[in-house]
Amino acid sequence: MNILAWLIPMSLTLGGVGLLAFLWTLKHGQYDDPAGDAARILQGDFDDAPKPDDMP
Amino acid sequence: MDLAQTPSAMGCPACVAVPALTEGAGGAGLAGAQTQLALPAVHCAACISTVERGMAAMAGVADARVNLTLRRVLIRHDATVTVEDLIARLGKLGYEALPLDMVALSGTENDRTARDLLMRLGVAFFAMMNIMLLSVAVWSGATGATRDLFHMISGAIALPTVAFSGQPFFRSAWASLRAGRLGMDVPISLALILATSISVYETFMSGEKAYFDAAVMLTFFLLGGRYLDFRTRAAARSAAQELTALEVPRAVRLMGGVEETVSVSDLVAGQVVVIRPGGRIPVDGIVQSGETEVDRGLLTGESLPVYAGPGSPVAAGEVNLTGRIHVTITAAGKDTSLRRMADLVALAEGARNRYTSLADRAARAYSPLVHLVSFTCFGVWMWITGGDVRFAINISAAVLIITCPCALGLAVPAVVTAASGLLFRAGLLVKSGTALERLARVDTVVFDKTGTLTLGLPEVTDLAAHDPVSQSVAAALASASAHPLAQALSRATTAAGVRPADLTDLREVPGFGVEGRWQGQTVRLGRASWVGASAGAVTAAWLRIGQDAPLAFAFADSLRPGAAALIVALRQQGLAVQLLSGDVPGAVADLAGRLGITDWQAEVLPAEKAAVVQGLIAQGHQVLMVGDGLNDTAALTAASVSISPASALDAARVASDVVLMGRDILPIAMALRVARQSTRRIKENFAISVLYNLIAVPVAIVGLATPLLAALAMSLSSITVTLNALRLK
Repeated sequence: MNILAWLIPMSLTLGGVGLLAFLWTLKHGQYDDPAGDAARILQGDFDDAPKPDDMP
Repeated sequence: MDLAQTPSAMGCPACVAVPALTEGAGGAGLAGAQTQLALPAVHCAACISTVERGMAAMAGVADARVNLTLRRVLIRHDATVTVEDLIARLGKLGYEALPLDMVALSGTENDRTARDLLMRLGVAFFAMMNIMLLSVAVWSGATGATRDLFHMISGAIALPTVAFSGQPFFRSAWASLRAGRLGMDVPISLALILATSISVYETFMSGEKAYFDAAVMLTFFLLGGRYLDFRTRAAARSAAQELTALEVPRAVRLMGGVEETVSVSDLVAGQVVVIRPGGRIPVDGIVQSGETEVDRGLLTGESLPVYAGPGSPVAAGEVNLTGRIHVTITAAGKDTSLRRMADLVALAEGARNRYTSLADRAARAYSPLVHLVSFTCFGVWMWITGGDVRFAINISAAVLIITCPCALGLAVPAVVTAASGLLFRAGLLVKSGTALERLARVDTVVFDKTGTLTLGLPEVTDLAAHDPVSQSVAAALASASAHPLAQALSRATTAAGVRPADLTDLREVPGFGVEGRWQGQTVRLGRASWVGASAGAVTAAWLRIGQDAPLAFAFADSLRPGAAALIVALRQQGLAVQLLSGDVPGAVADLAGRLGITDWQAEVLPAEKAAVVQGLIAQGHQVLMVGDGLNDTAALTAASVSISPASALDAARVASDVVLMGRDILPIAMALRVARQSTRRIKENFAISVLYNLIAVPVAIVGLATPLLAALAMSLSSITVTLNALRLK
């Protein structure tokens, strides 16, 4: 049963990391326009060079 | 009048009707203003690139960001760029753009609430998954210290989660209790609090049953329903407040020969105001000097401009088209006809608000029942066990958890969201949460003519019948005027590839037409009497070259695409169709004939339109009103449910439950079909919920409920209703 002392904290930590990742995506507006994000990935705009930081 | 098709500010009253579309909130530091516009036509990655690059290249625009999900573009620009400029530019890029209702513009607040709900949902999901992991161990037979440990860990996760994620329910339950009502959120909050606290107690007493998983699952599913519900309802709002936005806030007053710009509220009867071409008339009054034509379309439904010279009465809300006029005020502010129409709307508003949604009606019956059953259980088990409080509370908590309206809270939002999404893709924006239910009951459809079944744009019908010389002279003359007929002629000749003749001395005579010189002869395009012809039955602009016989270019109001198919489709669905128009009988009869509508009335005043609709409702009919003008607004509000095209006046759009985003009117037939289907789904979902309760509640009452059974009943019923909602096509 000692394995529980490891597994439970581990599962909670991993779940917590998932939660934090979700909150981060939420804060950065990644659910504001799902259809647009799906379409934007097909644009060729930044294929040659990465998007500059000052662009929206 | 259609905003998108008449880019010039002159012929476009709706532009004038939408003041203060920009808001300076977000990007104040970088740019002057932000504007949100609806773009019904964007649909792919290429559209995004075209719009964003095209707009960013425009002078004065900082950047543009398309939201494909909402079919909108957010443009940051400086104060020199007007909304009309942006719309014109988007038109050139090939995208019809529409200014959004104010509700969309105050979207930052909505976004924050939606994000807040989503965050609570995420936290509840995390907690649910982790607690479920521990609960499975308990269900499969963990005993003694292990079970207690698992319960404690579950409790440590569940307590903060319920406290955080359950807040929307607690708040609304508290609000409804203070108002003396027993809303749906009261049993929800009670179940959450009771389940959590009893589980904490059981954990410390090292009991067998802890309902932490059920409490958190309940929070998650209900929050899901709440989130969907919020997103669909965010657009609903009251019509009456917005009507005043129509009025021009400023006017030019003539005092002692000096023109000064004043606020409309400072005007009093007897003063004189100057109205420039393209301006909306701010007061009721009589033309003192100047000649022009006014567009009454949005007030009365008349499709053609009306001549106004000295002595003619004009009313607030009309648009001055061609000439500069001075108007002596007879009524200003509260006394204007526009305001009286606003009062009509305010009166009519109550009728629709009386509709209670299926969900509310279900909740009204449900909440007392749940409490009653739960408390009865408590009392009966106290009596049976001879005062075992712990056991009795356990039972009544289990009953509360199982009966909790999980599926009920999801049943309606899931269907409404699925249906709204379906209609949105077809170009219909559902603004009101109960619009679909009300649409489903419709048995009579009442249409307005100008701007609804027609585009409100005249179209030349016999251009090809004229010889090339007349065509080219007419093209040159027409291009010099802002009159709707002239603009229609100009569009038609451009489309036909006619080269305009070289004219000199072009001048517009307001109220009559355009005059110029061509190869030494005087040429005129205008009303019949002015060129020396006698007016016929059809709407026409007359052309006279020198002393030749006058030629007539005939016009007809162009039919909105899909109108004919829509009437046929409505008939097939077994609905009665009526046409109420403020236009002259000839024009209405012609259109009714073309569409096969037998039941029509012409020259109907705004108050009569509302009265006809109210009469139909009084006879027990459920009326769908489709209209676009200010004269329709009262009727739109009085009807059981209403739809307006996006080109409609702001006030009409606000008064409507559904806005038609595209030019094609046919999706209305689909809206009715989807509405009936979704109402059927909602009722099915209720039936499913009741069925689950019928099975699970007796088990809970007799004391055989286990946390596993509660979890199963809850998740199964929630998943079933969601899947049922997704069957909508």
